[in-house]
Amino acid sequence: MKPWFQANNVGHHFGGLSAISGFNLELRSGELVGLIGPNGAGKTTVFNLITGVYRAAEGSIRFQGRELTGLTPWIISGLGIARTFQNIRIFKQLSVLDNVRIAHYRRTHYSLAEALLHLGRYRREERRLTRAAMEILRLLHLESYADETADSLPYGLQRRLEIGRALATGASLLLLDEPAAGMNPSEVGQLMEFIGWIRGQFNLTILLIEHQMRLVTGICERVLVLDFGVTIAEGRPNEIQNNPQVLEAYLGQAEDGGQMTDDGRQT
Amino acid sequence: MNRHWTIGLLLLAGAALSWAIPRYELLNPYLQATLMYLGINIILATSLNLINGYLGEFSVGHAGFMAVGAYASAILTVMLLPVGAAAWRFPLAIMAGGCAAALTGLVVAIPAFRTRGDYLAIVTLAFAMIVKSALENINAVGGPRGLLGIEGLSTMPWIFAWTVLSVWVIRNFVYSNPGRGVLAIREDEVAAELMGVNTRRVKIRAFMIASFFAGVAGGLFAHLLQFISPRIFDITKTTDILVMVYLGGVGSIGGSIVGASMFTVLQECLRPLGVWRMVIMPLLLVLLMLFRPRGIMGLRDFPWFRPSVECPQRPPETHPS
Repeated sequence: MKPWFQANNVGHHFGGLSAISGFNLELRSGELVGLIGPNGAGKTTVFNLITGVYRAAEGSIRFQGRELTGLTPWIISGLGIARTFQNIRIFKQLSVLDNVRIAHYRRTHYSLAEALLHLGRYRREERRLTRAAMEILRLLHLESYADETADSLPYGLQRRLEIGRALATGASLLLLDEPAAGMNPSEVGQLMEFIGWIRGQFNLTILLIEHQMRLVTGICERVLVLDFGVTIAEGRPNEIQNNPQVLEAYLGQAEDGGQMTDDGRQT
Repeated sequence: MNRHWTIGLLLLAGAALSWAIPRYELLNPYLQATLMYLGINIILATSLNLINGYLGEFSVGHAGFMAVGAYASAILTVMLLPVGAAAWRFPLAIMAGGCAAALTGLVVAIPAFRTRGDYLAIVTLAFAMIVKSALENINAVGGPRGLLGIEGLSTMPWIFAWTVLSVWVIRNFVYSNPGRGVLAIREDEVAAELMGVNTRRVKIRAFMIASFFAGVAGGLFAHLLQFISPRIFDITKTTDILVMVYLGGVGSIGGSIVGASMFTVLQECLRPLGVWRMVIMPLLLVLLMLFRPRGIMGLRDFPWFRPSVECPQRPPETHPS
């Protein structure tokens, strides 16, 4: 049987600078996999290649038997891949509700003429998708903010809204880019629970980029380590933590075989 | 339901007035003309706001699309359609003007939206110049002298009807799925695309709709002034529309109505000042930008503009306050 998701020998470069090369990744449906590595290792590039923001120069990316390279982001989104961004990219001036409703863009079934005249399926469809969007907001405890503009939300809720917007696309593969960035330890704890919960609730496969080792070791089943665009290690979180190559990538030459702590510092 | 009745009654009253004012000469001809130009200005501002406010691009070609609509509809009524009392002749000419402008909009939009940013401004600027010089060189439509002998078919009821229709359709577009796509592009194009929005198609559509209504306004304008020449549709005309949009507020239909109204009234009030008008208008605009950079109603709209199906249906309040 073919794998559910497979990136095969993917490479990409900016000018002469290789951002990622020989990248391989297989995901089974329902897995939660972490992607770690020092800054500039090419992690976000991987996300951009999967979602079609960049077009891979080499290799192939297949999702549920379909080749993704060469497809536009909006087609890939329709196939069931959604993502969040390292620096939150919600639609700031729009209402929280509209942020989530836009995620239904491709699954709203009325024509432009019906939209212009507010006739026919317009009312039924708008009612349906408003209800669906409110349901997502309710699950994420954001419903009381539905009419607020998105940038009036506190930082943590903006992150949650961005995840909610990704979920509302009906994605089966969710890519989270540093979901814990800027969070304090207790918030990270909540986020870990939250990620586990949405995974079950929405039947997701999750690939996440993260620097906070506590989150990675806490919830990821498998971890991939990138350095200078090359995969240098792959395995269970606890194996990775003691891998000398990984330590070297993060900390330079490790002299005393030090251990990485939860927050990625050396003891 | 209450709200619908109020709006319906107001529209009915407006329609009745637009019929009664010229019929019983409730206002002097000058005020009547000003009211009619106001209607046309509202259509122009609202449609330009779709591109410059809602989509967040910058078009300076609106007068060009207006010219296309004006000439297309005037050619129809002057040269092609027989002079007669047929009631459909005028609305058909206006529709044709709108469609001609929309098709021109398509031709401009396809190359213009290949990239983002200032590109659209440059392309639309070039387009407006091309339209003007093309019209100046076509002798069949009068060349630089302009097209004369247009019938005064733009009566107050017609202008009222077209203004209401235009505002209604643009408002419907904004509060719909394709309209939300437009807003998403303004906010973050990459994120919009990752949400499944086919950004290029959405932009082209929005641009065509805006062009269509610029064409409609042009058609009404031609049959009101009864004379059009290429010079009328030069860059200063576009500037006027831009001032209306930014005065009223970007991303707001109510704002465009307010902006167009204020502009039209101010322009007439300042007329006695002669050339000084050209000093006071920009000065007012500068002051506005200093104190309200987003315009009078930037990014906000009258609550009653929003269709009720768009509002979140909250379950009845159960938790204690």
